[in-house]
Amino acid sequence: MAEVLVLVDHVDGEVKKVTLELLTLARRVGEPGAVLVAEGLDAAAVDAAAVRLGEFGAARVYVVSGAELTSHLVAPVAEALAQIVGQVAPMAVLVAANEDGKEVAGRLAIKIGSGIITDATDVSVHGDGLAAEQPVFGGSTVVRSQVTHGTPIIAIRPNSTAPEAAPGAGEQVPVSVVVSAAARGARITERVVEEKGERPELSEAAIVVSGGRGVGSGENFSVIEALADSLGAAVGASRAATDAGWYPHQHQVGQTGKTVSPQLYVAAGISGAIQHRAGMQTSKTIVAINKDPEAPIFELVDFGVVGDLHKVVPALTAEVAKRKA
Amino acid sequence: MNIVVCIKQVPDTWSEKKLDPADNTLDRVATDPVLNEMDEYAVEEALRLKEAHGGEVTVLCMGPETAADTIRKALSMGADKAIHVLDDGLHGTDGVGTSLALAKALGTTEFDLVLLGSESSDARMSVVPAMLAERLECPQLTFAKEVVVDGSTVRIKRVTDEGFQTVEGELPAVVSVVEKLNEPRYPSFKGIMAAKKKPVATLSLDDLGLAAGEVGLAGAWSAVESFELAPARSAGTVVTDEGNGAVALADFLAARKFI
Ligand SMILES: Cc1cc2nc3c(=O)[nH]c(=O)nc-3n(C[C@H](O)[C@H](O)[C@H](O)COP(=O)(O)OP(=O)(O)OC[C@H]3O[C@@H](n4cnc5c(N)ncnc54)[C@H](O)[C@@H]3O)c2cc1C
Ligand SMILES: Nc1ncnc2c1ncn2[C@@H]1O[C@H](COP(=O)(O)O)[C@@H](O)[C@H]1O
Repeated sequence: MAEVLVLVDHVDGEVKKVTLELLTLARRVGEPGAVLVAEGLDAAAVDAAAVRLGEFGAARVYVVSGAELTSHLVAPVAEALAQIVGQVAPMAVLVAANEDGKEVAGRLAIKIGSGIITDATDVSVHGDGLAAEQPVFGGSTVVRSQVTHGTPIIAIRPNSTAPEAAPGAGEQVPVSVVVSAAARGARITERVVEEKGERPELSEAAIVVSGGRGVGSGENFSVIEALADSLGAAVGASRAATDAGWYPHQHQVGQTGKTVSPQLYVAAGISGAIQHRAGMQTSKTIVAINKDPEAPIFELVDFGVVGDLHKVVPALTAEVAKRKA
Repeated sequence: MNIVVCIKQVPDTWSEKKLDPADNTLDRVATDPVLNEMDEYAVEEALRLKEAHGGEVTVLCMGPETAADTIRKALSMGADKAIHVLDDGLHGTDGVGTSLALAKALGTTEFDLVLLGSESSDARMSVVPAMLAERLECPQLTFAKEVVVDGSTVRIKRVTDEGFQTVEGELPAVVSVVEKLNEPRYPSFKGIMAAKKKPVATLSLDDLGLAAGEVGLAGAWSAVESFELAPARSAGTVVTDEGNGAVALADFLAARKFI
């Protein structure tokens, strides 16, 4: 069966959920081969990652070792992937549609002379190639596209598929890569990781509760957090709220923030500007609380409450707690 | 320091975007074209860097005749001159082809820094800057919320999923920006008048040494096979809170099995 390469997203060897989703999709069209950039991981961490990838169907795990693969931005990983594509001639390459994934995909496309599709939510066999489904224009149109030249490179939006386990061999294949000087142009000199806490990750969460300018202050975000915690949700924010410094920017939902597609999206004190919609419009169920009945967010909702969020949100939190008890 | 800013003309963000059933490309006639918002931030950053370090700001735009207005806007903000890549053969170009045409156009001028927006609001690919860096073999510094040029080094703060990274590289470099880094200026009356006299060089595919099949719809390496309109969201229920809003909302969430 033809091999489909999946670039693994991991933190210190812990495989991210999005990679398990990609393996699940890859299995529907071919045999998944996972590409694990293992710089800085010890043998035990590599083994643990390979086992996990195997559980979700990876037949092979390409364990990429080499220096300066992760100390420089994007280009070295693109180079490593190009080398593996050259070796195994896969039928397609799947990456996660996050900043790094898309940029790796873009550079790989130029290197190997292939077309690229970004933000796909599904892939299927089509003729002797692959077809990808993409929601575009804020979800108003669904497009079926095909890569017509080279090896299809497809960036898959997180949370598009439920990960399903299905054992694969998870056979480790060592790959050693020497990063070229050209790929070492942009050096990462500092990484700042903001406090994450116990809540689910925004792009992976089944429920997202977001607050906007209507929340009024950073302290008041505790109201949003309390509702999120009662629902087991991630917390999001509009740009107005992140720009004001009320909530960290990596929680921003929208065109320049995260694109989320949860089962339930709750917008409190958010007007529903087009740039905000761009990041949440494909959510399955949308609920809003806003004091302005004319707020554009109400055009999108399945259920809306016109009212003061400072009253409605805490009351809802109490109601949820009561019903869950 | 010579800076080239890549700017794209896109449909107004509020306009309803549609695909043209004739060839499955964006129906640009149906929408009001504007300068991609994110690129306004790139233009602003270029002007600030010029104010600090001297040099010239050139805007580079690949797009149809109407893109002349987009170019004019950037010139009225204060850019010095422009390159307009204009050719009917470019219709339907994908990201791969766009980066090729932009790289060729950059080959006709001198630059220390190329600035781009990190995303166009219509294609939303966020790949052109990385592709361009790959083609130019320049350091790629993308998703910048802060840009500092220090001698021959450029240093940015890159927005990431978990926080940010500091990234540095040597000029010439390719930098893409997010909207956190500045507040774009409005063109002044003087700026608007001055823009009318600023030079705009128009380049065709021939001028770039590109053959028709390398770009455009025929040269695209990905193709839209078909599209359908997503089912319209059925109108939801909106209630006004008179003390019972939270209960009504909880009932709705319970009915949908969220609680
Ligand atoms: C290039 C660019 C990129 C952008 N990217 C993003 C992005 O990624 N994400 C994003 O969100 N925005 C983005 N924006 C900004 C966007 O245009 C809006 O400005 C922003 O989304 C507004 O945030 P908001 O809805 O919280 O604030 P506002 O539009 O001010 O709305 C606040 C809402 O709260 C309601 N309200 C106030 N008080 C209460 C109360 N007590 N109870 C209930 N409701 C109340 C008001 O009625 C109002 O509807 C971007 C803009 C640009 C130019
Ligand atoms: N046709 C174009 N002409 C000039 N610049 C462009 C063009 N297309 C994309 N860009 C630049 O590339 C950035 C990212 O675009 P994209 O990869 O399409 O999301 C934009 O913000 C622009 O700066």
